[in-house]
Amino acid sequence: MNGFEWAQMYPMIPEAFLALSAMVLLVSGTFPAVVRSGLIPVLGILAAFTSCIFILGMDWGLAGGGGETTFFVLDSFAAIVKLMLLVGVMASLAISTGYLRLENLREPEYTALILLAAAGMMIMVSASNLLILYMGIELQALSLYILAAFYRDSPRSAEAGIKYFVLGALSSGLLLYGCSLIYGVSGTLDFAGIGTYTDQNPGDLLLLTGLVFLIAGLAFKISVVPFHMWTPDVYDGAPTPVTAYFSIVPKLAAIALLARVLFDPFAAVEDQWRPILWFLSASSMILASFAALRQDNLKRLLAYSSIGNMGYALLGITAGSVTGLGTALFYVLIYMVMTAGTFGCVLALRRDEREITDIPDLAGLSRTNPYMAWALALLMFSLAGIPPLAGFFGKLLVFQAAIAEGMIVLAVIGVLTSVVAAYYYLRVIKVMFFDAPKDPLDPSPEFARRAVVLVSVLFVLFFLIKPAPVLEMTDMASDTFFYEAANDG
Amino acid sequence: MFEALAFYLFAGLLLFSAAVVITARNPVHGVLFLILAFFNAAGLFVLIGAEFLAFILLIVYVGAVAVLFLFVVMMLDIDFADLRSGVRRHALIGGGVGALLLAELVFMLVGREFVPGESLSVTPPGALTNTEALGRVLYTEYAFPFQLAGLILLVAMVGAITLTLRRRDDVRRQDIAAQHARRREDVVEIQKVTPGTGV
Repeated sequence: MNGFEWAQMYPMIPEAFLALSAMVLLVSGTFPAVVRSGLIPVLGILAAFTSCIFILGMDWGLAGGGGETTFFVLDSFAAIVKLMLLVGVMASLAISTGYLRLENLREPEYTALILLAAAGMMIMVSASNLLILYMGIELQALSLYILAAFYRDSPRSAEAGIKYFVLGALSSGLLLYGCSLIYGVSGTLDFAGIGTYTDQNPGDLLLLTGLVFLIAGLAFKISVVPFHMWTPDVYDGAPTPVTAYFSIVPKLAAIALLARVLFDPFAAVEDQWRPILWFLSASSMILASFAALRQDNLKRLLAYSSIGNMGYALLGITAGSVTGLGTALFYVLIYMVMTAGTFGCVLALRRDEREITDIPDLAGLSRTNPYMAWALALLMFSLAGIPPLAGFFGKLLVFQAAIAEGMIVLAVIGVLTSVVAAYYYLRVIKVMFFDAPKDPLDPSPEFARRAVVLVSVLFVLFFLIKPAPVLEMTDMASDTFFYEAANDG
Repeated sequence: MFEALAFYLFAGLLLFSAAVVITARNPVHGVLFLILAFFNAAGLFVLIGAEFLAFILLIVYVGAVAVLFLFVVMMLDIDFADLRSGVRRHALIGGGVGALLLAELVFMLVGREFVPGESLSVTPPGALTNTEALGRVLYTEYAFPFQLAGLILLVAMVGAITLTLRRRDDVRRQDIAAQHARRREDVVEIQKVTPGTGV
């Protein structure tokens, strides 16, 4: 009989800390004075920061579980992705404080659910067992469903929550069906065991069917075409800070989980999953760039933008090489920084005490609110991939990795669609700078939001000067799988 | 002998109540027969020595799911006759799916070899009972997934409360403190009415 050992729980300390902080925040929310003081989001940022420190202080190369079973690994891939996730969580909490105050959404549950969702995502990234993979996904998804419906007085928010919940449950069903097939043929839930089985029987049709369902379930979480239908409606209906959180953080966790599943247990059937990813990537890039052309709503526009950008990130994974995975992570990182800045601006777009999300309402922003107009313009240029901003290098490296693996067609599709996509980013800039000005926006002097926008803009502008640290970090993360594979061989 | 008798009793009642569930005109009767079906299925589980599954079936399905169904059926204004009106239209698809499921069942039964005389019990004699075996790994080897499941349930509870509990200004609420603070002299006024004058 295997006993319980605390040492095996050690790699889960950052997640456990986040979950515990969320519970403490929930309890502290019973004191109205604490809620009124607006301290809870600040404490949430602090909790995420402390969790970062835990990860930095831990040994990267641990595995935890119970008895003989490994549930959980903290390799350098997981650790680096978790740090990126936590930074995203801090940024999205920081930009939303002012909005939450103005819209009277100050319930402590908001921050607690964001932290619990973050814990779920961190567990996903570290999962080394199908059971934990599924539970991590459910923990984050369930928190996100609630957050989408958080604005209870708005029917559209409720609609977003229901839509997300129903489709999310469907995707969980697909994923579980895939897991059950994989378990059925390989007889194990453990990634290492599945990997051994895949090495020995790469042609097993049932295993491959399971893998296809697994990819479909995860593709839904990343929201790539053809599993993207929920994205524009949920992004549009959810409260704007929640939309910001949706587009900054969970995509990274899902991409990282997909990468771990594909490169760890299913590395031997690379020929089988590459065409699937090829299709997902190409269709996302194409659909997102054309569907966004007619959008007048900024939140819907950013939803399509996220679909397209995940297509570019998948392009890196489709390459299937160590550089490919590294550039995919790098691409998502740059995308996160740009979206954090963009939403930092979007959250401050208020006129006459109401938020505005329609692009025509931004007319003449360069004359009424020049700083914000310039910040948004730079971020939009970067999203469109104009050199020498950071967004350009993200795209460049992903295309290079794809071409190095001989995927010329996909790279050409990527370049062409990014030209089309540039149109709708540039249109926002055109409206802000060349249309007749409207009334100025309400002042929104939150320090934290401005700081995030400033950091994001500076990163985008000056990335060119010192790109090495960021690239080294993502390369180190992607090395994890390939280095291990070399050791096994 | 006794086992065989119990098996046929449980199995027969299970089939009967399952048939009533889908044919009952009154939906409340349907849910009540569903509960009877759960009880009989639990009896079958006990017969093969899977007592943990039997109790879970009772606790989860009868205790929670069936009661929830009953609430929904009794509290929501659903016209069940209206729901049934499309039967003729969807008969083809429904029949197709039903035939598919039946075919699967038949294949499974044909493919399985029944060994007469062999005990069907899932617990070998002398081994731990399955409740004990589950309990031993649940809090040791599987402590991490167990805790994680607890966390997921916490999120579900927080969600249910956050999404439903809120102060609405357009609804009259009971104010217990105000009710308790009422005094007789504040609210009761005694009028002496002389006959023929009115108040």
